[in-house]
Amino acid sequence: MNHDAYLDSYIREILNTVKSIAMVGASPVNVRPSYFAFKYLAQRGYDMIPVNPGHVGKSLLGKPFVASLADIGRPVDMIDIFRNSSRIPPVVDEALKLVTLPKVIWMQLGARDDEAAAKAEAAGIKVVMNRCPKIEYGRLSSEISWMGVNSRTLSSKRAPIPTQGMRLSLNRTSVSGGETAASDRAAKDKNDLS
Amino acid sequence: MTDRLPGFSTLAVHAGAQPDPTTGARATPIYQTTSFVFNDADHAASLFGLQAFGNIYTRIGNPTNAVLEERVAALEGGTAALAVASGHAAQVVVLQQLLRPGDEFIAARKLYGGSINQFTHAFKSFGWNVMWGDPDDIGSFERAVTPHTKAIFIESIANPSGSVTDIAAISAIARKAGVPLIVDNTLATPYLIRPIDHGADIVVHSLTKFLAGHGNSLGGIIVDAGTFDWSKGNKYPMLSEPRPEYHGIRIHETFGNFAFAIACRVLGLRDLGPALSPFNAFLILTGIETLPLRMQKHCENARAVAEFLAGHAKVAAVNYAGLPGDKYHSLASKYAPKGAGALFTFSLKGGYDAGVNLVSNLKLFSHLANVGDTRSLVIHPASTTHSQLDDAQKTKAGAAPDVVRLSIGIEDKEDLIADLEQALTA
Repeated sequence: MNHDAYLDSYIREILNTVKSIAMVGASPVNVRPSYFAFKYLAQRGYDMIPVNPGHVGKSLLGKPFVASLADIGRPVDMIDIFRNSSRIPPVVDEALKLVTLPKVIWMQLGARDDEAAAKAEAAGIKVVMNRCPKIEYGRLSSEISWMGVNSRTLSSKRAPIPTQGMRLSLNRTSVSGGETAASDRAAKDKNDLS
Repeated sequence: MTDRLPGFSTLAVHAGAQPDPTTGARATPIYQTTSFVFNDADHAASLFGLQAFGNIYTRIGNPTNAVLEERVAALEGGTAALAVASGHAAQVVVLQQLLRPGDEFIAARKLYGGSINQFTHAFKSFGWNVMWGDPDDIGSFERAVTPHTKAIFIESIANPSGSVTDIAAISAIARKAGVPLIVDNTLATPYLIRPIDHGADIVVHSLTKFLAGHGNSLGGIIVDAGTFDWSKGNKYPMLSEPRPEYHGIRIHETFGNFAFAIACRVLGLRDLGPALSPFNAFLILTGIETLPLRMQKHCENARAVAEFLAGHAKVAAVNYAGLPGDKYHSLASKYAPKGAGALFTFSLKGGYDAGVNLVSNLKLFSHLANVGDTRSLVIHPASTTHSQLDDAQKTKAGAAPDVVRLSIGIEDKEDLIADLEQALTA
C-alpha cells in the first residue's frame, strides 16, 4: 500500500463498507476537529463510539464515552485515531489485542506511523494515514465542493440533496487516483526533509 | 482498483458541475441569492463554526461560484480554490493571509502595470513592503530574501512583454527561503502552463481574461496547491494559530492541504468583502467550457501575426516567445509547448508616433485596456496600462515608449494580418 497517495477506490470501499467507527481521542469540546468529524460521521449514518479515558461518565452527542477499545465490548469495523503521530503505536497495539480485529485503522490528518501501519497490515487490517474521514467522505460525495474544494470526481447524475442521517453516494467518477500530483510532491518533500 | 483519469478538455466542461439536485437542470444554475436558509439552530451554528459544509451568505460562498472554484482548481491541479471579484481582489486576499505590517514579499519586475501599482502604493499603506526581483536574473530573487520575506510573486507569462518566467528556478529559491511561491497564471491559463506542476504553491488569476474569454465579466480566483506547510516555524499565524473569530480553530490543523483556500474564504473574503457575483461566475464558467479550443486558436493566430510582423519592413522588433530566436523561446518550449500565448509586443521603426498612428489606423483591432478577449485588442502600454510608472520602470516592465501590445483574438488570422498591413501602410 502506497501511504503517500491512496487510490479513491481504496478510500471509497472503506467508507462504503464500514458501519461502526470507534474514535480514539474524541473530544467533547465543540471547536476541536475530532468533535465535528464525530458529529459529521454520526449524521451520515455511521455508528460512532467515542473513546477517551478523560471523559468517561460523559457522552458525546448522546453516545457514552468509553475508556479504551477493550471497553467497547463489541466488534467495531474501523478505529479512527485522533492522536499525534507519537501516540499512535500504543493504540494500534491495543487494537491488535481485540478479540475481533477491526477491518480498518484510520489515522487522522497529520498522524502517521509507518511501523504501526505495517504491523496492522500484517494482521490483515486496512490502514489509512494522514487523512480525515470527514473530508474524504465530503470529497467523494462532492459535498465538500460547497467550500470550493476540488473533489477530484465527476458525475452527470442528478445530485442528491443531503439531509441529516443520509448516506450520500460516494461512487462518482474519479478524476485522479489519490492525492493531486502537487500534494504527492508535498508529501515527498516532507519525507525528503525528515 | 485503477481510476481512469479524464483529460483537460473533459475537466473544462465537467469539473465541479452536476445536474441540479432540485430541478435536474444540466447547465449550472445562477443562484442569484444573498442568503441560504438553515435547517435549524444547530445547523446554523455548525456552518458558522466551520464545522459543516454548506452555504450561509453569498459574500462567503455561493453554489454557482463553488462550481467555478472547483473547476479552476481541477484545471490547475490544486486542492481547492476561491473565486473573488477581480484579479486584484485575489492578490489582496492572498497577501492578507501571509503578511503582517512590516513584512515583505518579493515580486517580479515584469508584471501587469496594475499589479505594480497595487504592490507599490496600495499595499504600502497596509505596511506590506514589496521588493523587486528580475526574472532575467534569477539570482536577484535570492538576493532580495530577508528574514521578513513572506512570499514570492511572479507571472507565468508576463504582461505586457509576453516573456516566459522560469517558474521552477524561482520555486527552488522560494523553498530554500521557506516561503510560498505565488504565480499569476492569467495569460497562460492552465491549458498552456500549470504552475503547480513546476513548484507553485498558490496560483492566482484574473478570470476576466482568457479563462472567461469573452470580455464580458470581471472575476478573480485563488488556487491552493496544497503543497505548503503553513505550521512550520510559526511564520503564518493566520493559518497556524487559533483564530479568535472562530472559537480558537486552527485553520491549517483543521483543513489540512486545502487550508490556504479556506483561510482566504473565511478570513479574507468574509472580512474584506470582494465577493464575485454569481451571474459573473456563470458567464465565466460558460467561457471555460471552450478554453482549450479558444487557446488553440489564440495561439495559432498569435504566431501567424507575429511572423507577419517580424517580416514587415516597418517593424523594428517583435517580442513573442513563440518565435524561434526570441529571447524566451527556450523557456516557452519548456513551460508552454502547446503555444506561447496570445499576448505580445512589438516596436516600430517610426518610434512612439508610428505606434500611436498604427493604433488609430486599425479597423478590426479594438483599442482598449483588456487582454484575453475573443476580439483582437491593441494598446500602447506606455500611455495607458503602465502610464503611472516612470520611464525606467516602464522599460524594466517591458513597456518602453515605442512598444505596442497586441492581444490576439480568435478571428480569421488572414483578416487580422490584413488589418495590420493596411494600418502600417496608411
